Amino acid sequence: MSKRIEINDLDVYYGSFKAVEGVSLEIEPRSVTAFIGPSGCGKSTVLRTINRMHEVIAGAYVDGEILLDGANLYGSGVDPVNVRRQIGMVFQRPNPFPTMTIRENVLAGVLLNNRRMSKSDQDDLVERSLRGANLWNEVKDRLGIPGSGLSGGQQQRLCIARAIAVSPDVLLMDEPCSALDPISTLAIEDLIEELKQEYTIVIVTHNMQQASRVSDKTAFFNIAGTGKPGKLIEYDETTRIFSNPSVQSTEDYVSGRFG
Amino acid sequence: MTTAAPAATRASAPNRPADVIFKAVSTTAGVLILIALAGVAIFLVAQAVPAIIGPLPEDDSFWAWVWPLTFGTLWSAFLAMVMAVPMAIAIALFITHFAPRRLASILGYAIDLLAAIPSVIYGLWGIAVLAPFMQPAYTWLADNLGWIPLFSPPASGTGRTILTAAIVLAVMVLPIITALCREIFLQTPRLNEEASLALGATRWEMIRMAVLPHGRSGIIASSILGLGRALGETMAVAMVLASAGAVTFVVVGSQNPSTIAANIALRFPEAHGITVNMLIGSGLVLFAITLLVNALSRWIIAKTTVDGGR
Ligand SMILES: Nc1ncnc2c1ncn2[C@@H]1O[C@H](COP(=O)(O)OP(=O)(O)O)[C@@H](O)[C@H]1O
Ligand SMILES: [Mg+2]
Repeated sequence: MSKRIEINDLDVYYGSFKAVEGVSLEIEPRSVTAFIGPSGCGKSTVLRTINRMHEVIAGAYVDGEILLDGANLYGSGVDPVNVRRQIGMVFQRPNPFPTMTIRENVLAGVLLNNRRMSKSDQDDLVERSLRGANLWNEVKDRLGIPGSGLSGGQQQRLCIARAIAVSPDVLLMDEPCSALDPISTLAIEDLIEELKQEYTIVIVTHNMQQASRVSDKTAFFNIAGTGKPGKLIEYDETTRIFSNPSVQSTEDYVSGRFG
Repeated sequence: MTTAAPAATRASAPNRPADVIFKAVSTTAGVLILIALAGVAIFLVAQAVPAIIGPLPEDDSFWAWVWPLTFGTLWSAFLAMVMAVPMAIAIALFITHFAPRRLASILGYAIDLLAAIPSVIYGLWGIAVLAPFMQPAYTWLADNLGWIPLFSPPASGTGRTILTAAIVLAVMVLPIITALCREIFLQTPRLNEEASLALGATRWEMIRMAVLPHGRSGIIASSILGLGRALGETMAVAMVLASAGAVTFVVVGSQNPSTIAANIALRFPEAHGITVNMLIGSGLVLFAITLLVNALSRWIIAKTTVDGGR
C-alpha cells in the first residue's frame, strides 16, 4: 500500500524555462511530508512531477529520477497513466466532476481500471471511501445528487474519497485547504492524520501552522529571484525546521520574516 | 442593478443628442424586426389557408400533398445529421486535444473555409463529382446488402439519391457544428481535465469524463443549428436530388422524396393559382418544423445543463 519515494537530482522545466533545480529528497512510507516556501518557488511543480502530471502541460519535462520503492517512475517504458493510478492527487480547488453524482465521483477512478465491478462491491467501496474521507455521515442519504451540490469543504473531502477509492500508494495534496473555511480546514487536517496510517502523503501548504500541525517532515523550497529556478533549501524533521533550522533563510521564512 | 446608480447621476445631465439618436435608432430596429417576423408569419398563414381548406386540382388534400415533402425534408436532414455530428465532434476533439498546435490551427482554418463556400458550389460538386463517385457504391449496396430496407434495389443509375443529397448537406453543416464544438471543448475547465488525468485516465477516458459531459449542451445546441441549416437548405438539394415524390426510407434508389425547400425553389417560378398557395403552405410547414426544432433544443439544453457544467 504505502510506498517510499526517492527523488534524485531532479530538474523540472516548462519549455526552456527551468522552474526547479537539483531537488533530492527521500520520503518515508506512512508519513506526512510538507512542502513549504514562498509562492512561485516550485512546490506545486515538484509535487506534480511525482505523479507525472507535470508533463500534461505542453512543453513541460523533467530531468532526473523519482523512485517509488526503487522503481523509476521516469524509466523508459513506464506509462504515466499507470503511475497516476498508483499515486493519487488532490488539487488546490475542489474539482469533483460536475456532471457526476457523489457516488459516480467516488467510483470514477475505480471504474477506469475495473469496469465489471458488482453493484454490491461498488456500494462497499463508496461507503468505505467516503468513511475514509470523513464524509459518509454527511452524504449517505444523498449519494445521487451532483457532487457540485456540496459545500467547498465537502467537495474537497469528496475529491479525497475519489483519490483513495483506487487505493493508491501515495497521496499528493496541493494546498488542499487554501480554498476552504477554517472548520473545513480542520476537518481535512484531522483526515490527513488518519490517512497517514495507510498512505504516504505529500502536502503543499503555504500555511506554516498547518505544516507544523500535520507533517512529520518538512521541505523548505526557495527561489533566488524571478526567472531563477526554485531550489530545495532544507529538508528535515518538521519540529526541527520550525524550532532550529540549520539554514538562515529557512529560519527567516518560518519565523515570518519574509515570504 | 449596477447600472441604476450611474443612470441616476446621468439623468441630471442634459440629454446628449447622440444618446437620443442611438436610442431612437435601436428602438426602431427592434420594433422593425418584430414587425417583419409577424409580417412573414401572417403572410404565410394567409396565403396558405386557401390551399389548406380548398379543393386541390390534382391532390386529395393539402396534407396528402405536403407529407412526402415533409418526410423528405426530415429524412434527408436526419441522414445528414447522423453523418455530420459524430464527424464534427471527432474533428473538434482532434483539433482541441490531439493535434499539434500548428496542424490544429490549419485544420480549424480549413473547416472555417468550408463554411464560406456558396451552396450553389456544393450543388455543382454534388452533381458533377459526388453522385457519379457514389453510384457504384450504391449499386454494390443494393446488390449485396439489398436485404437491409435502406438499400433495397434497384439502385439509382445516376447516383443522385437522397443519400448523396444528405452527404452534401452533411458537408455543408459540418463547419458550423465543428466550429462551435471546438469553442466548447476548449472551454472545458482545466481543473476537470486534470482531475480525470490524475485518476489515471487515458486521453480518451479524460475526454469521456471531462470534455464531453462539459460540452453536452453545447453539442446539442450546435447540432440543432446545423439541423436548422440542413432542413432549410434549398439550392444544393434542388440541384443534387433526383426526386420522385415517393415516401421511402431507401437511400440508394431513384425513387426519392423531395424536400420542402428544394421543391419550392424548383416549382415556384412556374406556379400559378392555387399551386402558389400550396407551395407557400409547404413553406409554412417548414417554418413550423424549424420553430419546433428550436423549441425542442432549448428545452433539451435547459434540461441537461447542470450548474457548474458550463
Ligand atoms: N503551466 C506553467 N507554464 C509555465 N510556467 C509555469 C507553469 N506553472 C508554473 N510555472 C512557473 O514555475 C514556477 C514554479 O511555480 P509553482 O510550482 O506553481 O510554484 P508554487 O506552487 O511554489 O507557488 C513559477 O515561476 C511559475 O511561474
Ligand atoms: Mg502552488
